[in-house]
Amino acid sequence: MGSKLPLFPEQASALAADVDQLTLFLLAVAIFFTVLIFGAIFYFAIRYRRRSDQELPHVQHGGMALEVIWSVIPFGITMVMFSWGASLYFKEARPPDNAMPIYVVGKQWMWKIEHMEGQREINELHVPVGRSVKLTMTSEDVIHSFFVPAFRTKQDVVPGKYSTLWFTASKPGKYHLFCAEYCGNRHSGMIGWVYVMDPQDYSDWLNSHPPSATLAESGEKLFNGMGCPTCHKPDGTGRCPSLDGLYGKTVKLAGGNSVLADEAYIRESILQPQAKIVFGYGAAMPTYQGQATEEDITQLVEYIKWLGDKPEVQKQTSGTLGEQPDVEDVKRLPGGGQK
Amino acid sequence: MITAAAQEREHYLNQNYGLKSWLLTKDHKRIGLLYLFTVTLFFFLGGAFATMIRIELLTPTGNFVSSETYNKLFTMHGVAMIFFFLIPSIPATLGNFFLPMMIGARDLAFPRINLLSWYLLVVGGLFSLFAMLAGGVDTGWTFYTPYSTTYSNSWVIATALGIFIAGFSSILTGLNFIVTVHRMRAPGMTWMRMPLFVWSTYATALIQVLGTPVLAVTIILLFCERVFHIGIFDPALGGDPVLFQHLFWFYSHPAVYIMVLPAMGVISEIVSVFSRKPVFGYHFVAFASMAIAVLGFLVWGHHLFVATQSVYAGLVFSFLSYFVAIPSAIKVFNWTATLYKGSISFATPMLYAFGFIGLFTIGGLTGLFVAALGFDVHVTDTYFVVAHFHYIMVGGTIMAYLGGLHYWWPKMTGRMYPEGWARLSALVIFLGFNLTFFPQFILGYLGMPRRYHVYPDEFQVLHVLSTAGASVLAVGYLMPMIYFIWSLRYGAMAPANPWGATGLEWKTPSPPSLHNFDEMPIVTHEAYDYSTVIGEEIQVG
Repeated sequence: MGSKLPLFPEQASALAADVDQLTLFLLAVAIFFTVLIFGAIFYFAIRYRRRSDQELPHVQHGGMALEVIWSVIPFGITMVMFSWGASLYFKEARPPDNAMPIYVVGKQWMWKIEHMEGQREINELHVPVGRSVKLTMTSEDVIHSFFVPAFRTKQDVVPGKYSTLWFTASKPGKYHLFCAEYCGNRHSGMIGWVYVMDPQDYSDWLNSHPPSATLAESGEKLFNGMGCPTCHKPDGTGRCPSLDGLYGKTVKLAGGNSVLADEAYIRESILQPQAKIVFGYGAAMPTYQGQATEEDITQLVEYIKWLGDKPEVQKQTSGTLGEQPDVEDVKRLPGGGQK
Repeated sequence: MITAAAQEREHYLNQNYGLKSWLLTKDHKRIGLLYLFTVTLFFFLGGAFATMIRIELLTPTGNFVSSETYNKLFTMHGVAMIFFFLIPSIPATLGNFFLPMMIGARDLAFPRINLLSWYLLVVGGLFSLFAMLAGGVDTGWTFYTPYSTTYSNSWVIATALGIFIAGFSSILTGLNFIVTVHRMRAPGMTWMRMPLFVWSTYATALIQVLGTPVLAVTIILLFCERVFHIGIFDPALGGDPVLFQHLFWFYSHPAVYIMVLPAMGVISEIVSVFSRKPVFGYHFVAFASMAIAVLGFLVWGHHLFVATQSVYAGLVFSFLSYFVAIPSAIKVFNWTATLYKGSISFATPMLYAFGFIGLFTIGGLTGLFVAALGFDVHVTDTYFVVAHFHYIMVGGTIMAYLGGLHYWWPKMTGRMYPEGWARLSALVIFLGFNLTFFPQFILGYLGMPRRYHVYPDEFQVLHVLSTAGASVLAVGYLMPMIYFIWSLRYGAMAPANPWGATGLEWKTPSPPSLHNFDEMPIVTHEAYDYSTVIGEEIQVG
């Protein structure tokens, strides 16, 4: 953008600046050694060029000291690279708790984005500047990879599981979104834009795209439509465990293991209910593989998460989320109160 | 010509004539030339695909070929270059020809298996070639699942089967080399007297034997899922797509060392001969080859830093990747130190060796970049990685392969190549290479993803530079092709030892006789003892 021969990419996230610093360090080391080796070769080649066909140079016997020096010093330098790179990687792997969640579904050849408030976008992602955003991503077909060069971050989007990526955009603007994992015919067309907006612009954008229902509301409709409450009774008397208060809890499984009820667990339980059976229950649930799309599943997951966050007292009575939006939920949802 | 031929000494080329004498030969030298012919065909085929890729990328929009064709072009470029050129290139041509000669053997341990290896490569090559002609394959040379098993509508199985068959060629060649080095060394040729090319080819052979079967298994699993829909990799069938990447890179990362270790061996020979000094730190260079072969098996996960492997796995693979960098660095430092107070000749092979060291240094240093986790997340699957591995595999391996071909050409053919043209080719290739691939580092850091048929406008200038470089590079590669063929008839007759080299392969006439040595050579000196070939000593430096 702008200049026709850019040499350095735009910095538009907090991480971008960190990665660029590491890059400069790596470059400095690389330039130092390149100059050292090229310089030595040029110098020796000219200084010791063959002057007579009969000349026989003296043999120097290898120097143990030299070998140790040029093994140990580079190794020390590489360990700096390792630690520096690893610390960034750790940072990238842990989204902050207050990050704003957004769902991404990749499919040949588009990016489908779902905001918590229910806004949907294709090949465009609108986010507010300065706020941490956590993308929970999956693919409907082959492996894709969500790549925003201006944020210096990338994460493969793999069918059959959730992967996450987070960033804090630092500069309003319009940035490339690329699919970085080859995904077939129109791989290079699986691109889009990330719009980083001032908070006010962002809230205007949300308001100008009023959704019909939030993700959790759509999830509730699906949940009821698919007949889930027949077995998953809120009071726990059904053939299947109650889902109220499930999210974020540790679930005891048949066989003695336990598992944290996160998005991945809920997703797996919908698609492969037999994979992890809750302690005290039978393998009663059929698979919904092929019946629920990835987007349906994100909605169901969000509904179940919402159930999980409900205050204890409402457990028995709370009926529908659309009819009685409770203050807690609205606060929890990003941009809450927009409805 | 007939009278001239009649007066000629008998050697492996004129012992007998005719197609049958070549296709049924068990002579390692002739088999080496059969490989040379075969891999050269695949090199120019892969090069033709590369040319079309570079033409397409001149403009940001797709206006030369369709996306479908473009995807097939980069896939077939990778398949032809990696499996049918780079992997067999140095070991199967130069290794086949010179490994036995360098240790004073009459042939490889299993000459019939050696011929079988060549046939396996040809049959595998024909399968893949058939797939290319029948419609091509579009999965990328990496065959990532579930795209390759469930979604691709191209000739995946035929191509993979070709690679599967060619894999056995590689395994058998490796086996042959290992047994030969262990059992067939001439009297006095102790392990620590072996030329470094033998050491590095030996290390390579270990990888070929231990790594390639994993590739075979992976291809069988891919076959089972694509043909019989057995769920292994596709989550829709209950599989795990990332498992494929682990299996694939468990072979394909060590395969990088199959490509580059023999190249390092060639460079050790050339640097020594053309500075007329033993390689500095011989033991370190020899053991560095073995260290690379072993450590190379422990770093595959660095291809999966963003592929949803665990954070801690990423950490371990990054850490181990830095370990494998050290033996490579040791080699570069030792080659450079070999030049110190040497008697440096600027003959063509040495120019190629200089080119190798320069390009391999840049490729190796950028390898340190991509091993750094936080950096790799940004550049993986971009042109930065494309540039990095081309610096290693083209800048490294092909420079060394051409250097080696020039170095040993007089021995193989009995003819000298035209020195002026050859020096020019080394220069043209070096410049063309850098112009082609250096801009790709910048492209990658800017965020240009690899395997993109169309791309945003702002990347165009760098792509045009790269394509310009590729044209220069193409000219550079065609030059040796032409003058080598020319030299077969018009080149000056080569003496037995035109470079004043010490290896046993130079102690026999050019071209060698059928059984390499008329008498069993007995080795009494370390490798690279130039006092044995040069009479008087002149102080230099």
